[in-house]
Amino acid sequence: MDIRVRNNVTVTGRADGPVLLLAHGFGCDQNMWRLIVPALAENHRVVLFDYVGSGRADPAAWNERRYSSLEGYALDVLEVCEELDLRDVTFVGHSVSAMVGVLAAAKASQRISRLVMVAPSPRYIDDEGYRGGFSTEDIEELLESLESNYLGWSAAMAPVIMGNPDRPELGQELTNAFCATDPDMARVFARTTFLSDSRDDLKTVAVPTLILECSQDVIAPREVGAYVHSAIPGSRLVTLTATGHCPQLSAPQATAGAITEYLGTAA
Amino acid sequence: MMGCTDQTSEPGGERDAHAADAVFTSLLEDSAEELYEQAPCGYLSTLMDGTIAKINATLLDWLGLEGSQVVGRMRFTDLLTVGGKLYHETHFAPLLQMQGEVSGIALDLKAADGARLPVLVTSKVKTSQQGEPLLIRTTVFDARDRRAYEAELLRGRTAAEEARRQAEEARRQAEADRARLQEALAVLQQSLLPSALPEIPGLEAGSYYHTASPDLLGGDFYDLFALDGKRWAFFLGDVCGKGPQAAAATSLTRYTLRAAALHDPDPVSVLSTLNMVLHERYSSGDSRYCTAVFGVLEHGEDHVSVQLASGGHPAALVQRADGSAEFLPTPGGMLIGVLPRAEFTATRTELRPGDTLLLYTDGLTEARTGPERELYGEEALHAFTAAQPAAGPQALVTALTGLLAGFGDGLDDDTALLALGMPPVSAPAPDSET
Repeated sequence: MDIRVRNNVTVTGRADGPVLLLAHGFGCDQNMWRLIVPALAENHRVVLFDYVGSGRADPAAWNERRYSSLEGYALDVLEVCEELDLRDVTFVGHSVSAMVGVLAAAKASQRISRLVMVAPSPRYIDDEGYRGGFSTEDIEELLESLESNYLGWSAAMAPVIMGNPDRPELGQELTNAFCATDPDMARVFARTTFLSDSRDDLKTVAVPTLILECSQDVIAPREVGAYVHSAIPGSRLVTLTATGHCPQLSAPQATAGAITEYLGTAA
Repeated sequence: MMGCTDQTSEPGGERDAHAADAVFTSLLEDSAEELYEQAPCGYLSTLMDGTIAKINATLLDWLGLEGSQVVGRMRFTDLLTVGGKLYHETHFAPLLQMQGEVSGIALDLKAADGARLPVLVTSKVKTSQQGEPLLIRTTVFDARDRRAYEAELLRGRTAAEEARRQAEEARRQAEADRARLQEALAVLQQSLLPSALPEIPGLEAGSYYHTASPDLLGGDFYDLFALDGKRWAFFLGDVCGKGPQAAAATSLTRYTLRAAALHDPDPVSVLSTLNMVLHERYSSGDSRYCTAVFGVLEHGEDHVSVQLASGGHPAALVQRADGSAEFLPTPGGMLIGVLPRAEFTATRTELRPGDTLLLYTDGLTEARTGPERELYGEEALHAFTAAQPAAGPQALVTALTGLLAGFGDGLDDDTALLALGMPPVSAPAPDSET
């Protein structure tokens, strides 16, 4: 199987620049990065992709069992790295993808040498001595919302959206196409994301790590950012003045600036 | 209205239009403010960070809140259920930021009293002339009825999926059961027939069994076995009925015939013994009987002598080397197992090189043929056999197998064939077993 097609891989920026691999979280697809890609592309080779089950990844590659654990998503990351033979990669993961990056880096330290975590949370559900911000019932409510909103996804249109990576305009014409996902796959990703507990995995992080948190984030509140920061020795925590869970959209300049400053590649 | 072409005299002219305007104006006394506040949908404006800047009375009423509690103090997401917040942050907000607008998203508001209010939300970003996003305008529609209806649809779909899954599972199970049953039946059927005919020096044998249905055990049977160094016994018959009961009776019949033949191979006594055994069953409630031909082969100088007896079975047929064919009638032979004492008729013949003795069950002669679906019959079988070259038992069985296949669905019963004979002398007979 062609991994580039399977994961709808896009490569842009400076061909000889250091590699930034941008991984979207649960919800939408690689378009989440569109506002910061231009700034990052100036001095980096920027690689974007969609996880299988999201965006325009090949739906035929879906395997419910594989994508019912974060390891399955980490495998997508590693396979993209191998396919493009990426080395010395800075993995930028949004939301749950930050934890996918932790798993991928543990498996392939020869390829992934830095992590940038954007609005990470190692566990969304409250636990004894830990506040993730949500209860199991809240997650069920989210699954209900997924049931009620198909966001322009339809089984009839999916082949048009998914099957034409060369013609993105086909997808763009469809309203909400960025977040249009097969509801069955979205449900699996949602469960995998919000029922995950990656707190122990944080201890395995052995590469330099930048944590970006938002000043007002319902999904990853500041105490979670502090938890991640303290769990990864030597990590750097930057708090962006931004509301919501997607600073790359709501505060693109600050987000791109924090990344390039950390990497010493600021323009 | 014919001839009324003069516009000034038309009803609804200019004067009436003025009157209508006056009526509309009196109806439209609402100020823009009132249109906003009392709109039949919720309306709010938020800053780009979600802070609520303005909210209409309709929405405040739905929420059970005062404007002072909300404006400048709450964000839009504060009005949502927790699951709705998650959905907002992962889908709604990113889409709004990427597209500038999002429409018709189903969310639940949480009223002050804790009640959930299903709504449909549409948001649009207002930008400055330079394209800078300034604020977000949001309309909120009451969607209780629609969501209840959708929930019904969803329940229906879930139930249908479950039913489909169960049906699929049942179908798979039924197929597996059927496959297991057929496998068991095939093994059982095999046990009623010899796995291979024995090789007899100077004698050729051929057999064929047609199974009408893989789901039903047939009652036809045949066998060929040694009595001593010089003599061989054979039989072929048909137990009435089908299914497990018939198979049990068939098994009993086969082993009774074999045992009786070893005790006293005289064909009439063998059939008499079988009659006693089957009749005992018959009188104790299992009213099954059978028809059968039993015989003994014995090598002579240049021929094989055949001694046989029949109980109610279609007459054996002999294909002669000279191209003729003849039935071996055994008139008066009675059904086996019905009466405590039964009469059986014996006959004998000799088989010379090229002669073949054919035994068959009535599946063959009672097959339906032609557009009138007439019985194939013994006459047609006689003619068919006489028309075949005298090439030995196996060649005759092959020809008859082709005949049976040609009957198609006209052949609806199990059919057994057993052919015995001396191979033709002159023929090289490459297919011959001897």
